[in-house]
Amino acid sequence: MNPPVEANIRKTALNATHRQSGAKMVDYSGWDMPVEYPSVGGLMKEHLAVRAGVGLFDVSHMGDIRVHGPEALKAVQYLTMNDASKLNTGQAQYSAMLYPNGTFVDDVIVHKFADDDYLLVINAGTREKDVNWVKDNTRQFKVTVEDLSDQFTQIAIQGPKGVDTLQKLTDVDLSKVKFYWFTRGTVAGLKNVLIARTGYTAEDGFEIYIPSDAATSDRVWNELLQAGKEFGVVPAGLGSRNTLRLEGKLPLYGHEISDEINVWEAGLDRFLKMDKGDFIGRAALEKAKNDGVKRALVGLETIERGIPRDGYKVLDLEGKEIGYVTSGSYMPFLKRNLALAYVPVEQSALDNIVAVEIRNQPVKAKVVPSQFYKRPKKSS
Amino acid sequence: MAYPADFKYTKEHEWISADGKIGITDHAQSSLGDIVFVELPKVGATITKGQSFGSVESVKAVSDLFAPVSGKVTAVNEELATTPEKVNTDAHAAWMVKVELTNPSELNDLLSAADYEKFAAEEAGH
Repeated sequence: MNPPVEANIRKTALNATHRQSGAKMVDYSGWDMPVEYPSVGGLMKEHLAVRAGVGLFDVSHMGDIRVHGPEALKAVQYLTMNDASKLNTGQAQYSAMLYPNGTFVDDVIVHKFADDDYLLVINAGTREKDVNWVKDNTRQFKVTVEDLSDQFTQIAIQGPKGVDTLQKLTDVDLSKVKFYWFTRGTVAGLKNVLIARTGYTAEDGFEIYIPSDAATSDRVWNELLQAGKEFGVVPAGLGSRNTLRLEGKLPLYGHEISDEINVWEAGLDRFLKMDKGDFIGRAALEKAKNDGVKRALVGLETIERGIPRDGYKVLDLEGKEIGYVTSGSYMPFLKRNLALAYVPVEQSALDNIVAVEIRNQPVKAKVVPSQFYKRPKKSS
Repeated sequence: MAYPADFKYTKEHEWISADGKIGITDHAQSSLGDIVFVELPKVGATITKGQSFGSVESVKAVSDLFAPVSGKVTAVNEELATTPEKVNTDAHAAWMVKVELTNPSELNDLLSAADYEKFAAEEAGH
């Protein structure tokens, strides 16, 4: 099923490894990426393996922007909506870069290396836009902005057995790395590897950053597969990455967040720190709140037969269009037909009944709690 | 996976057997991935050659079912309502509807097993 690769498409250092293992490849934001691995049994099996054991994702297409210099904190504070001054060295924070009107340039994870040194991890599809945005909006600060995206192969090791898998290959005591913290250590013989306890699957897990040469990337990928064998490790593609993140209500740029949706609407205001000082988007968001937020991101579950999908219209019970689905799927772990959708605030209450237009037919759906999946707390 | 020689096939990846049963091909189920929902017409409905008569949904995507011939639905495979994954395990046995053809000469426009196999391989880029 694999089409030949276009000459101008980008490839991660693990591209040959994916193709050799028979992965189904797709063009994702200009990158030739694995969507699923038939050798594992496909998307559903990959999804369930990450919930029950451990899965490996090649996420090298993600971008990395370093902001360093004496005014690095000031620059990051101005660029992002969360309060980076609260970060300790070695800590990471979910945040977002906003346009002056309070909508999203992108969501980012801010890592603090030192008082004058930060790393912003950004999406693949928005990389050029983000790098330019960061450069253009930090000229007034004494900082250097570097696009480090091509220097790293980034591998996500996700699932309840992620820690046991990675522990076999590193001298770092991973039990001491808390969620949303990072450290540096030796992994598979490579020194000074960045190891972050972050991820995009709603599971515990790690993201490691290793040099982006193909031989090294290939070796570490295979060593991880070997180390995770006893836990049922699988390589996992973009297909299961999407269903996993959707079960956990983790937003995706171009879907739940975009340049047409503001922070209040997206329900991400718990990461918005209005009292930290000025930042891009602050004034518009203050005004938007005073004016009243008109639509909300909700969870929907179809109560008649049918699967809601991205872009489908949401209707009221009279058949009037009132909103749209941002992401929707059959959920492999929960075994339910669920979606995230924007609807008017007055239609957003739990248990409210609306309809999703599925192939020209209104299919009834109920507003349900939108964090569909929460990982179980560890008993130990 | 062998394509049964006594079936006829469409370029939209449906098959029809000699007794009028219609399903999707092994190539189609493999492209779709894990199938979780099959939407079919009711017994007595009429279907029209080339028109959509239902849909198949996998976790990844939804795909229309196109009628290989025109006719009246005389039976529906109810088993697929509860076990749609049977299409993944054996696409050429997991029939969807059975039809009474209104114009049997329409069968002449369809592909033979050998021609379909060639078409599917070309489409997959082999």
